[in-house]
Amino acid sequence: MTTSAVVSAQNLGLTFKTNDGDVVALSDVNLTIDKGEFVSFIGPSGCGKTTFLRTIADLERPTSGTLTINGQTPDQARKSRAYGYVFQAPALYPWRTIEKNIALPLEIMGYSQAQQAQRIKRTMDLVNLSGFEKKYPWQLSGGMQQRASIARALAFDADLLLMDEPFGALDEIVRDHLNSELLKLWDRTQKTICFVTHSIPEAVYLSTKIVVMSPRPGRVTDIIESDLPRERPLDIRETPEFLAIAARVREGLRAGHSYDEDHV
Amino acid sequence: MNRVLPILTVLFAIVVIWYAAAIGMNAPWQTTLNTRAELTDVPFTDFALQTWAQERPVLPAPHQVIGEIWNATVALEFNSRRSLAYHGWITLSSTLLGFVLGTALGVALAVVIVHNEAANRSLMPWIIASQTIPILAIAPMVVVGLGAVGITGTVPRALISMYLSFFPVVVGMVKGLRSPEAIQLDLMRTYDATTWQTFWKLRWPAAMPMLFASMKVGIAISLIGAVVSELSNAAGGGLGVRLLTGSYNGQTIQIWAALFIAAALAAVLVMIVGAAERVVNTRMGARP
Amino acid sequence: MSQLQFFLALVAGGLSAAALALSLVTPFEQALLLKAFLGLGFLTLLRFFLPIGLWADGALALLGAVALLTSVGIFSPAPAFFWMALIAAWLFAWLFVERLSNVLAPRLADNAGLGLLIPITFGAALLVIWEVVTRGANVPPVLLPAPSMIGAQLANSASILWADFVQTFIKSVLPGYAMGCLAGLVVAILVDRSPFLKAGLLPIGNFMSALPIIGIAPIMVMWFGFDWQSKAAVVVAMTFFPMLVNTVAGLNASSAIERDLMRTYAAGYWQTLMKLRLPAAGPFIFNALKINSTLALIGAIVAEFFGTPIVGMGFRISTGVGRLAIDLVWAEIAVAAVAGSAFYGVIALIERGVTFWHPSVRGGRT
Repeated sequence: MTTSAVVSAQNLGLTFKTNDGDVVALSDVNLTIDKGEFVSFIGPSGCGKTTFLRTIADLERPTSGTLTINGQTPDQARKSRAYGYVFQAPALYPWRTIEKNIALPLEIMGYSQAQQAQRIKRTMDLVNLSGFEKKYPWQLSGGMQQRASIARALAFDADLLLMDEPFGALDEIVRDHLNSELLKLWDRTQKTICFVTHSIPEAVYLSTKIVVMSPRPGRVTDIIESDLPRERPLDIRETPEFLAIAARVREGLRAGHSYDEDHV
Repeated sequence: MNRVLPILTVLFAIVVIWYAAAIGMNAPWQTTLNTRAELTDVPFTDFALQTWAQERPVLPAPHQVIGEIWNATVALEFNSRRSLAYHGWITLSSTLLGFVLGTALGVALAVVIVHNEAANRSLMPWIIASQTIPILAIAPMVVVGLGAVGITGTVPRALISMYLSFFPVVVGMVKGLRSPEAIQLDLMRTYDATTWQTFWKLRWPAAMPMLFASMKVGIAISLIGAVVSELSNAAGGGLGVRLLTGSYNGQTIQIWAALFIAAALAAVLVMIVGAAERVVNTRMGARP
Repeated sequence: MSQLQFFLALVAGGLSAAALALSLVTPFEQALLLKAFLGLGFLTLLRFFLPIGLWADGALALLGAVALLTSVGIFSPAPAFFWMALIAAWLFAWLFVERLSNVLAPRLADNAGLGLLIPITFGAALLVIWEVVTRGANVPPVLLPAPSMIGAQLANSASILWADFVQTFIKSVLPGYAMGCLAGLVVAILVDRSPFLKAGLLPIGNFMSALPIIGIAPIMVMWFGFDWQSKAAVVVAMTFFPMLVNTVAGLNASSAIERDLMRTYAAGYWQTLMKLRLPAAGPFIFNALKINSTLALIGAIVAEFFGTPIVGMGFRISTGVGRLAIDLVWAEIAVAAVAGSAFYGVIALIERGVTFWHPSVRGGRT
């Protein structure tokens, strides 16, 4: 069913040229992500999970193979504003208030003032930040800043959300909370989400599909379809079904020699 | 090579623009000269060459300036009043004396300010405020005032340079000596290190980058102070005096030559401080 | 009491006692206030038995300053005990500042008013010492006139000073500053689009910033005449390079993540420039604006040393020095100092308003 494929990669490869020789960041990646899926990419540092996400976003150029987003090239997809991207850091502009930060993509894409106001209100409600419109980023906690950056990615209604370890810098308590909120948000908006993480519980808790990757060269070693229900309370993480999937992810990581010590 | 090529290109462009501008700016006078000499139909190439060879051009061509520098340095006795080497030496000596004094004073004051809260609170606001005052304007008065009580020669000019180079050093050093983080200072506390030990083993090495950064600013501004302070005593000599006499006599080539020498001095002095910085950095274990 | 405070208190009290003893040879009613100060200063030696508040030291320093200023005309030449009283008053002021800052030190941020008292005390002490020493020791006014003389000259020559201010500051500094900064900003934005030009111009711009550009003043006077145009041209040349170098650095100050973000929006060059790179360059641009505010005033004044119409701050300073009218020169310098600080202060205020978000302004973490 290629029509419903949001992201489709065939034999995708990416090699960085550095002073110390070539580094194979991605090698022979084959993957199809369908509409409405929540896909997690998991693996140790250097496995290419972030690189793959950046390639989808046209922030990196693949050196071999093909990659399409909604049937378009990554460049066309970027220019048609097909996705929202959430970075590891909130990357909110400190000279703009929260609402102005969320308005940033809307201004660039030429939305009218009225549309901007309406979308700001909707997305701020969606991430539970109402009441903080006039605050500056540096007046908020790290978790709230990251929520604002998610709101910014949602503001222009792209169907695809790319998230690169968005909660990596937050403590576990905040992270649990934001994870369950993200699931609710996904359920409500029906978006397709690609989510990079290096936490096994986080990947299993959130995903419908888990892509296990391993380094040197960066490649996909396992793709696990999760049969957990869409409705997931936090304590689902103690159920045998959850633990079974987590065990399979761990197995996949081990098979890819991902537990080897880094040689660097 | 990748770094040199763009610089050379820009420099080349500057020289080309300079020559072109010299033709344009000197043309009216050259036309007057040619009319007086009843020369007509001068070919453009000849005309261009003429504009680059005037005695008192509005804008001298680069080769005229370099020729003047050659004539006024290598081709002259060092002690000649027309020797740029002689005037350059006068400027250099007060620059260096002032710079050394200013740096020493700046470092000493920074040490006091970092260690004494009262000194910090009384002095720092005034030091920062005085940065905003056009201190150079005082230069002629200091030279004349000290001259009135019999202090003449290098010392008054060096005092101006000292005053100017002192500010960047004291501000930079206070920042540098305070740059160690709280945990590094706490570590010294756990060793029960004395103030003196903390200073030599932590604060002083940590302040080195700021010291050199402010010394580069200090030596450049010290040279400016020396040149400006020379303006008020035409008998004393120095590159500033060459600028002044050149301006009175309309000797543009002389002005540009003095300017080039001053620029070269500034460049060499900053480079020397930069070289010292690299040596110290290497010895402190920085990567080359 | 710290070691330093102990010594300050001991020397100040002892010096007061000695000066009081020496002053007894003069007629009783002469310089009564000064003697009262010395007597009270002597009594502070009691602090080694009874605690004395730091405000007592402050009040004593103030009393000493008033006593010295009122009695400086009485003696000619000033006797030894007068100078000892000056040193004692200064030590009391020092002791006051030392104790006050020790009280304030643990509470850095609050007590802003009291914190301000310390530099004010220092500045006032400096002025008092200047006044008392120049008048008490009959320092030739050519070397250093007393502040009161400078103040009187400020009032007397107000119209001259105002005309000079208009000529130098309003006509030369402001237009030159505006043109130089704007040109630097525009060229930086243009150069920024070409990595090759940037690689070539930036080292040269850095190099030019270190050069004595002020030396082009005689050339500018020849090219643009004696009036303000030549001064403005010098100011343009002096302010251009700091602005160029700082703006180019500032345009690169945005982080990779912030620029990637703009790329994911498929934002164009100008959108990225206006919405990200220029705001991020704000602190750098204001840094250049502040540096240039000082440079501009220096450039205009020094350029006037090379020839002016018969008005202008630099003209007044150079001719005043020649005629040994030093108090007028000092008055002119006072005007220049106030103008320079005010100019800088206005830029700094605008900076606080515009780059309020920067950690260095809001005083917080990143």
